[in-house]
Amino acid sequence: MCLAVPGKIISIHDEDSLMRRGQVRFGGIIKEVNLAYVPLAQVNEYVIVHVGFAISVLNEEEAQKIFSYLQEIQDVDEAGQ
Amino acid sequence: MKFVDEYRSAESIQKFCRAMSEIITRPWIIMEICGGQTHSIMKHGIQELLPPEVTLLHGPGCPVCVTPMEQIDHAIHIAGQPNVIFCSFGDMLRVPGSEKDLFSVKAAGGDVRIVLSPMEVIQIAKEFPEKEVVFFAIGFETTAPANAMVIFQARQENLKNLSFLVSQVIVPPAMRTILASPENRVQGFLAAGHVCTIMGTQEYEPLACEFNIPIVVTGFEPLDIVQGIYMCVRQLEEGRAEVENQYSRSVKKEGNLSARRVIEEVFQIVPRKWRGVGEIPQSGLGLRSSYSMFDASKRFPRETKNCEADSPCISGEVLMGIKKPTECPAFGVSCTPDSPLGATMVSSEGACAAYFHYKKVNL
Ligand code: SF4
Repeated sequence: MCLAVPGKIISIHDEDSLMRRGQVRFGGIIKEVNLAYVPLAQVNEYVIVHVGFAISVLNEEEAQKIFSYLQEIQDVDEAGQ
Repeated sequence: MKFVDEYRSAESIQKFCRAMSEIITRPWIIMEICGGQTHSIMKHGIQELLPPEVTLLHGPGCPVCVTPMEQIDHAIHIAGQPNVIFCSFGDMLRVPGSEKDLFSVKAAGGDVRIVLSPMEVIQIAKEFPEKEVVFFAIGFETTAPANAMVIFQARQENLKNLSFLVSQVIVPPAMRTILASPENRVQGFLAAGHVCTIMGTQEYEPLACEFNIPIVVTGFEPLDIVQGIYMCVRQLEEGRAEVENQYSRSVKKEGNLSARRVIEEVFQIVPRKWRGVGEIPQSGLGLRSSYSMFDASKRFPRETKNCEADSPCISGEVLMGIKKPTECPAFGVSCTPDSPLGATMVSSEGACAAYFHYKKVNL
């Protein structure tokens, strides 16, 4: 029940801060999501959604780190061989 | 970037596992706190990919699993009242109370409804003003902002026919209980990425320091989990005990401040009983006195009895990482997802259910 999944914001309406809502696309499904907890989120950004509420905006730069880390491991690996 | 498929590449996962084999020199026991991670580990067979030196233990991070039986009984009591619409997340319906579950109340004609988001209960309360609408507000820190927002809204809109049976729990005090236990075997923790998305990482610093244990805040995709384990093993091998953040694409040090503000407005820290484990001080969230008119346990009082002792279920030991589900004599015999004896066999995030679904072939 703690499942929280990433989706892409495709529209935002109800700009009143508590009722900030928007539509979020998860693969092929579009859902209405409460955006009150991501006040700065913009259309086209990815958010993590849990029980109808977006709880964070995914940071692309941070998201890339794991892949550069992987590259480093690979380089070390290859250097060692 | 879609934030899903990139984190499931078998090749990348194997790279981390190979890198781990190269640095590991001795056995280590690591616990993932969150049931969502347990589910992912079992589903993707991650334990089998890891170097044999790494043992994973599964922690208490499933809110469905730790909601005490008295609370389930209280929910059943309320749901059975003639004028009540009882709303709950779906997983809770099949968790056994001392005599029956919420599903059997529904089968007997009770108005028990499954909601996907707590926001739905506001609508239901407005649609049926002549009924008492009650929501079973359970969850960890991840769910607290959603539940808090609905309670906040109920007061804003002065909804008189809506109340909440609150059984919120928080993670760090449970980690402390595990570490302080004389039976503790855990040497490193993967902290729950979505809990930390809300609360941030600062609360974990004193734990890492006091118990000299590495804590790596970790995401939920297989690649996240393998990297989290790798980071944990590296700290252990290097003799470090720090809080590190593997899931930085979602988790900030301070957490989500707007969410924390609403949690703070509605809830206060209270002692809370965990199913199978017992009471853990400061481990729950309860309604502040300014919201006590929305407390369903006061609106529908019931004497609480402690009835867990008669059950053969050892889920308490499973949740604390002392035993694996397969060590329970009832596992797969008298206890299956179709007729569960304990909550850890009900929720897909419970360790027993995860083992049953994904280990079945090996039984
Ligand atoms: S297998 Fe069933 S009885 Fe045994 S610990 Fe798990 S839930 Fe409890």
